[in-house]
Amino acid sequence: MRLLAEAASGSFSWNPVTDFQQMWAYPFMVNAFRAGAVVAVVAAAVGWFTVLRRQTFAAHTLSAVAFPGASFATLVGIGAGFGYFGFCVAAALVLAVLRRDGRPGGVEESAATGVVQAFLLACGYLFVALYKGLLTGPESLLFGSFLGITGGQVAVLAVVGTGVLAVLAAVGRPLLFASVDPEVAAGRGVPVRLLSALFLVLLGAATAEAAQITGALLVFALMVLPAATAQQFTSRPAPSLLLSVLIGLAATWLGLTAAFYWPYPLGFFVTSFAFAALLAARAVQALREASARRGPTALVAPTGEPA
Amino acid sequence: MTGGREMTGARETARPVLCLCGAAVRVGGRTLWSGVDLEVGAGEFVAVLGPNGVGKSTLVKVVLGMQPVAAGEVSVLGGRPGESGSRVGYLPQRRSFDPSLRIRGTDIVRLGLDGDRWGIPRPWGARRARERERVEEVIELVGATACAHRPIGRCSGGEQQRLLIAQALVRRPEILLLDEPLDSLDLPNQSAVAALVGRICHQQGVAVVMVAHDVNPILHHLDRVVYLAEGRAVCGPPSEVVTSATLSRLYRTPVEVLRTGDGRPVVVGHPETPAVQGGPHAIAG
Repeated sequence: MRLLAEAASGSFSWNPVTDFQQMWAYPFMVNAFRAGAVVAVVAAAVGWFTVLRRQTFAAHTLSAVAFPGASFATLVGIGAGFGYFGFCVAAALVLAVLRRDGRPGGVEESAATGVVQAFLLACGYLFVALYKGLLTGPESLLFGSFLGITGGQVAVLAVVGTGVLAVLAAVGRPLLFASVDPEVAAGRGVPVRLLSALFLVLLGAATAEAAQITGALLVFALMVLPAATAQQFTSRPAPSLLLSVLIGLAATWLGLTAAFYWPYPLGFFVTSFAFAALLAARAVQALREASARRGPTALVAPTGEPA
Repeated sequence: MTGGREMTGARETARPVLCLCGAAVRVGGRTLWSGVDLEVGAGEFVAVLGPNGVGKSTLVKVVLGMQPVAAGEVSVLGGRPGESGSRVGYLPQRRSFDPSLRIRGTDIVRLGLDGDRWGIPRPWGARRARERERVEEVIELVGATACAHRPIGRCSGGEQQRLLIAQALVRRPEILLLDEPLDSLDLPNQSAVAALVGRICHQQGVAVVMVAHDVNPILHHLDRVVYLAEGRAVCGPPSEVVTSATLSRLYRTPVEVLRTGDGRPVVVGHPETPAVQGGPHAIAG
């Protein structure tokens, strides 16, 4: 992660209008905010299903795959974007084939996923070793970079992101059904296995997007933290999904702002803001439960949901 | 189900809603059962009983069209199995929800109504209002209104089972297939859920086929019993099938049918019989 503060000067004024004017005076910051918005929304929406389906390990594996993807693209001299999308989607298909019954969870799935992850990480290391020239540095592949995002890159992110969201919107309800209740869904004619494979591909594409911004290792910050936080706050599907997107967007933009003004890495800021939101959600949940335990006069229902 | 089919109207239909004729099933090269004849009329409550591994759940899968028959005929609502869509409701064998799953009971029921529909649901419109009404109605029918807005993983076993029955009922099926719905419930919840299923069956005219492990909680609600054993089936009203002689012959071990103080039959296995493990439950189920 490069330090944005090295590239730009200025001081934080606590006045959002002035601050945004100052930041957006730099085209690279405008692109960073655009790319951040696309990635945050896509990752949070896909991540919401990932958390619900208990597939965070698959998400972790796919994000690790981004590293060999990007290093391979550098090695053979093609755009890094091709490496990210190519490897992540291919790995998603491999995972889909390795899964047997299309149902989330299970020890066997974890083992197979782990094997794929270890092998592809090793491949990434090999590609870095083979490329003896000046690689952008494994560091930026692992921890991401907001600097130097071109308008073309933003366009690619936006197109892929729109595609992912469109497919997700089309299959959203059957996917939710298949995620929480696969047997009944199958009995109702929902193609559970096909949806499971399709979701892994969506997850691969979303991971490839997020990895280009947060780096391979910090994809979780945008993929899992907002969704986990939102699901703490509410168990209504639609508001929870929306909240997840808003948290992801807020963490990303706040992280960008912080990284612009303070000389610390962006990935640290984004992850910290997302993590702070999760801690806050946990605290609110604990308070609700405590107040509910205190007696029937409490205003909140025992589970923290309005009755 | 208010405003649905009336029981009397359903009874008039001469054709059975579910019919197996000389049906046989092979799984993995082994014939599970063969020569099974079964007719279920509208609004009838039928229990499928038998020892473990005899193919009770497979019978349900056959009716759902998820398992083909090797021989014989199967007719579901006058058509082939698996082609009746929402006219057949299905509750699979006990599935537990993770306590941390953040989905409400009412969402689970709602998915039973529209979970197989593609695209984004519109949050307005008359259809949406009708569907919301239907979900509330069916949750009230099963007596789960109080827990429907909690995350389903936080509901008790009995509450979860009621919500799942609501999910199976939400599209007004004519046949309801329940696979061991009383399993892992405590005794009061077993009889409460059994009474609920009996009420739905007889008042709403929904034919119920329930795979059961233990016949006792449902015995006095039943219209008909199918006992699967030794690859064959014995079918008839409980007063004929649930007798000491028939059950002892089917299980090849002494089984007694006693009468409680108010005249209800109770199935009891002989505790000293070494051939059957697990005592009365293994025999009864």
